[in-house]
Amino acid sequence: MSARGQKAIRRSPGRLAWRRLRADRTAMITGGVTVALIGVALAAPLIEMRYGVGPSDQFQAELDDFGMPVGPLGGISGDHWLGLEPGLGRDIFIRLTFGLRTSLTIAIAAAVVTTAVGVVVGLLTGLLGRWTAGAVGAVIDFALAMPFLIVALTIVPTLTQRFYGPRDAVPPSFQVVSLVLVFAIFGWAGPARLVRGQVLSIREQEFVDAARVSGAGPGHILGREILPNLTAPILVSFSLALPAYIAAEAGLSFLGIGIVEPTPDFGRMIDRSLGYLQTDPAYVLIPGTLLFVMVLAFNMFGDAVRDALDPRMGSR
Amino acid sequence: MTGFLLTRSARAVLTLLVVSLATYAMFFLLPQDPVSAMCPKNCNAERLDRVRHDLDLDGPTIDGYLGYMTGIFVGRELGSAQGGYCAAPCLGYSYVNNEPVSRTIGRALPVTLSIVIPAAILWLAFGLGLGMASAWRPGSALDRIAVGIGLAGASLPLYFVGGLLLLIFTYRLGIVPVPHYTPLTQNPLDWASGLVLAWLALAFLFAALYARLSRSQMLETMSEDFIRTARAKGLRPRQVYGRHALRAAITPLITVLGLDIGAALGGTVITEVTFGLRGMGRTAVDAVHTGDLPTIMATVLIAATFIVLANVVVDATYRLVDPRVRRQ
Repeated sequence: MSARGQKAIRRSPGRLAWRRLRADRTAMITGGVTVALIGVALAAPLIEMRYGVGPSDQFQAELDDFGMPVGPLGGISGDHWLGLEPGLGRDIFIRLTFGLRTSLTIAIAAAVVTTAVGVVVGLLTGLLGRWTAGAVGAVIDFALAMPFLIVALTIVPTLTQRFYGPRDAVPPSFQVVSLVLVFAIFGWAGPARLVRGQVLSIREQEFVDAARVSGAGPGHILGREILPNLTAPILVSFSLALPAYIAAEAGLSFLGIGIVEPTPDFGRMIDRSLGYLQTDPAYVLIPGTLLFVMVLAFNMFGDAVRDALDPRMGSR
Repeated sequence: MTGFLLTRSARAVLTLLVVSLATYAMFFLLPQDPVSAMCPKNCNAERLDRVRHDLDLDGPTIDGYLGYMTGIFVGRELGSAQGGYCAAPCLGYSYVNNEPVSRTIGRALPVTLSIVIPAAILWLAFGLGLGMASAWRPGSALDRIAVGIGLAGASLPLYFVGGLLLLIFTYRLGIVPVPHYTPLTQNPLDWASGLVLAWLALAFLFAALYARLSRSQMLETMSEDFIRTARAKGLRPRQVYGRHALRAAITPLITVLGLDIGAALGGTVITEVTFGLRGMGRTAVDAVHTGDLPTIMATVLIAATFIVLANVVVDATYRLVDPRVRRQ
């Protein structure tokens, strides 16, 4: 990396990747958007205090006789930066701020759980014999044959029914946990296959043989020889799983499953807004655009991280 | 090939058997009583018992499962309260719709087919075309536009695209009617105009993914030795690109296409909900909301069957298209 005539500087692969990431303009912009969105989600209660409107406050006095917001673009004004919801008259800006929280909590939890399970399963099946690999392969076949949306649609309500009566208020934490569980059931297979493939090729390489003949135990080989070589693909699969789970969670709540009222949520907001396509288009466009920008930024940042970690994998 | 097909099919049947067992178990081993969920509103103990008996649910769970499976393959007697004899493929009786589940499915399946097949043709044509055009000169303006479309399509949720299409074409411009389903045999023009928005929404999102995939495949193939050979022997660039490279690059696309169609045939849930079309996906969602267990089970089973079948078809096609796989 160092230019001719200069003194060679020691740079770890991690630092090299960081330098490449810093030099990539798209990465810096999308990374900035990503960090800003996470920041807004974390600071939601502070924003609420400063903004002076809560996510459940209703402003029906500011709606007209048909329950539609008064004013341009769905009632955008100095008090309500992104307008009001038709019908209930809640503030869209503060609901989106809190919706970001819901969405990111679930997506991050789901990505962490699926990646962790996938890495463990992938490592084990990559190192153990053919028999276990075959058995796990069959389980993966089965998991992939189940239609995700329909099964998720059935599991979440049955789980809820199992623990709560029809009139009980289901706490949001339970809804979050059951959604993450559903994503975990379906999501571990992808990372598991990825890690397994990598382990199979890495364990045949000379440096692993060298460690083995030097007397390294299986723990050392796994933790010190193989795992460090897996950080890049694991990080990439994690960063691309995040936007996928954001979209999946919004999709489920669009279908009326998962996070229920009054907890703010993107998918449900868009689902509700489609009923006002003709009368209040701004109500459809605002949450949809924000969801799009968020997923796009995460996706592009994930691509940039991939390029930085392994330029050869590149954006071919 | 025959040997391969046999072992592959055997594995597919096994997977389906496990799926059917798991689905059955999911619904009938749950703590709440499935029969009371299935029973009509004015349900008394006597009627409950009769339903339970008719569906073989009064014995061990395995008998109920066997009865259900027998119904699918040879038909079964459901009892007079459930419309009498239920011919194969019998998927049970829905107390919510008051009809055999197979009749509900018979109405929903053509809708989903009419959505998925034309959409798949569109998305393959546009995706592959865009991908090939952008890989022709990587880095060109066309390529950058194609990459942009690919990224946007990968990040847009379908219901949002669908909402925008509805807003623009139906409500603002008024050139497309509100989505609806008319059978193709009845009025082809009406069939197409009622579904065109659903096709466009699905095709846009999938075409974006296919453009990404075919672009990267083409770029990879173009750096292979046989392409250099083809060039060296004096073939025109267009011939090398459109014939030699395309053939090699298209195989992974076939895999993805097969799997996507298989998954979509089980119900394009979000598309159908967005556009209010009553296909398999919408039927499943409605069944979930009304607690209609027999219909939910049927939709899960059928969707899984499509996915597994698509896997077999893809593997077989792969061997036909790619001689390297055959030799292994």
